[in-house]
Amino acid sequence: MSQSSHLEPVVNRAFCKGCGICIEFCPANILEFDEQRKCRVTDPEKCIKCYQCEMRCPDFAIELVEKGEKK
Amino acid sequence: MSAKLVQGNEAVVYGAFNAGLKFFAGYPITPSTEIAEMCSRDLPKVGGAFIQMEDEISSIAACIGASLAGFRSMSATSGPGFSLMQENIGYAIMAEVPIVIVDVQRMGPSTGIATAPSQSDYMQVRWGTHGDHPMVSFAPFSVEECFTEAIRAFYWSEKISSVVVLLLDEVVAHMREGIDIDNVENILEVPDRGPFSEEKEGFRPYKVDRDKGAKLPPLGTGYRFNVTGLVHDEMGFPVEDPEKTGDLIRRLHNKIDAVEDEMASYDERYTEDADVIVISYGSVARSSLRAVRELRKNNVKVGFFRPITVWPFPSKRVRELSKKVKNIVVAEMSMGQMVHEVERSVGDSCQITLLQGIKGELITPDAIHNTVSEVISK
Amino acid sequence: MIGELTNKYLRMDRLPHMWCPGCGHGIALGALLRAFDRVKIDKDKTVILSGIGCASRAVGYLDFSTVHTTHGRALAFATGLRLLRDDVKVIVIMGDGDALAIGGNHFIHACRRNIDITAIVLNNQIYGMTGGQSSPTTPQSRLSTTTPYGNFARAFDFCNLAIGAGATYVARATAYHASLMTELYANAIKHHGFSFVETFTQCPVNYGRRNKFPDPASMLQYMKDISVPFKVAQNMGSDELQGKIVIGELIKEKEDVELNEVVRERIMKFRGGAQ
Repeated sequence: MSQSSHLEPVVNRAFCKGCGICIEFCPANILEFDEQRKCRVTDPEKCIKCYQCEMRCPDFAIELVEKGEKK
Repeated sequence: MSAKLVQGNEAVVYGAFNAGLKFFAGYPITPSTEIAEMCSRDLPKVGGAFIQMEDEISSIAACIGASLAGFRSMSATSGPGFSLMQENIGYAIMAEVPIVIVDVQRMGPSTGIATAPSQSDYMQVRWGTHGDHPMVSFAPFSVEECFTEAIRAFYWSEKISSVVVLLLDEVVAHMREGIDIDNVENILEVPDRGPFSEEKEGFRPYKVDRDKGAKLPPLGTGYRFNVTGLVHDEMGFPVEDPEKTGDLIRRLHNKIDAVEDEMASYDERYTEDADVIVISYGSVARSSLRAVRELRKNNVKVGFFRPITVWPFPSKRVRELSKKVKNIVVAEMSMGQMVHEVERSVGDSCQITLLQGIKGELITPDAIHNTVSEVISK
Repeated sequence: MIGELTNKYLRMDRLPHMWCPGCGHGIALGALLRAFDRVKIDKDKTVILSGIGCASRAVGYLDFSTVHTTHGRALAFATGLRLLRDDVKVIVIMGDGDALAIGGNHFIHACRRNIDITAIVLNNQIYGMTGGQSSPTTPQSRLSTTTPYGNFARAFDFCNLAIGAGATYVARATAYHASLMTELYANAIKHHGFSFVETFTQCPVNYGRRNKFPDPASMLQYMKDISVPFKVAQNMGSDELQGKIVIGELIKEKEDVELNEVVRERIMKFRGGAQ
């Protein structure tokens, strides 16, 4: 977590069930539903690395990972 | 050591200790309580543990837990408590966990008469828990047999990885006879559960031949599988696949069928030339034996047959005997439960007469004597 | 982080899990994985048990020795399992109906025995798996399929019950407070003796829908709104605490003797005497 500036939220669409919890509580407002009602990250640059999405995701479907690292 | 007076319940505990008992969980209930009391006193001396639980439901649950942890486990109860145990008896059968349950039968239904003997749990032992399942049960008729049958109960519970019910009644549990516990002969050696595969990763405890029981290694030793009461796959995970479901249910029965002959045990006397045979088990068989001996003195051709393995019922032998006699008298302390197994075994081969014992008293030798005399004079 | 933990502690071939979209049980399972990592749990020396119900399905995903027991009886199984095995960590996951209705008796007795077991109850205030019937923790006047005119009975206060029964570690979190939950789970696992963490979770499908919660997030928001940290609650009157839930560590005793120690001591005494 020390290199937090290199982190960005990535969604695992296979696991996401579209409950919307992460979208509702994201302080940076950078998450939204996509066309299939799964979570999409709109602006990873604005992520404040608070981990709220990752901690409250019931499906282990969103995670902060090293930039460029595919989930 | 020489012979000393030992109570039936006590002898059960001696037998269980001989078989390597390390864990007892129970709840006080007449007429089985002495078993719990003795275990609470003596289990710590052999490195074991006793716990008094909040009811019989949790008692058997704790026994299953301790068995899963790798220890020989037992609980003891009577009718009302045995009713409460039915749910988890099914669990132990389904998950294939070896445990021994002692049911000391007393008068029912419901609270009945707590101190009065009965044999009316016979069918409950077999069919008490829901779902298709086999059941194994042994019924001693003497103090020495309480000792040896307790050992045999552990032996077979480990062999088949399932529940064995040691079926006593109040008379057998509370009577005292002189036995020399240290010098009982032909004691069975209860097998250890292992050895288990060295390969722990991906270990499949329920991957066994279609007529074998699963052998579960003690939990918390590096084998990471699942144990469940749901229909499950080889690793213990729930499945609803029709083929796998059928295979599991069939295997649970097959594993008992495969050893039925080896497990069968009965006590047969004076049957060679008999015209009539008295069939009974447990304390009633003591009265029967007395009556048969008296009748023999009067040259009545009467035989004695006593199932010790009461489940599965020794049908083959009873069928053979029924072809040689005119009558079978079944004496049991109930409205008639084991008699159904006798009828099923015998078919039309001979007449069957039932002597019921429903007054909360042991059936006397005289009563059996009279019934046999009546049957013969007809 | 979570990907690493799921790979380490879950049976990945069994994911995604069977819980409904927005179910709080998944949040609790995630917190449990973080707690495992924090206490450096030994997978081979830990047994996790559960009862029956949605919450109890958690054991199917955990890559440990797991026992999915009968409804309400998990703590009794765990007691037998743990009594002669103080080399293993024993964790029990239950639901509210599981632990408090059918298993209520086992629950209070496990508390009073102070055996080293960590009990985690995922309290979603409803019977989810059977389709939304009222549970012992369904709040008064709330709707369920078996209380169509509103629930009459009072909801059990799980934590007060545990404290009354003598539990030596009692704590509460909600699915909104995921990081607190992680901390409480970790502390409970480390606790010497019986530890209990009640976790409020949301059941959007079978509770929320019937009780005017439009989505899972609104249920989390509600949990946040009614939660009061333990320290703050100390300075509040009972009127003020009406309708609130107190979160954090409510009881944490350090001195008590744990049941396994008694069992071990007794055995050692006889061993010593014999040798």
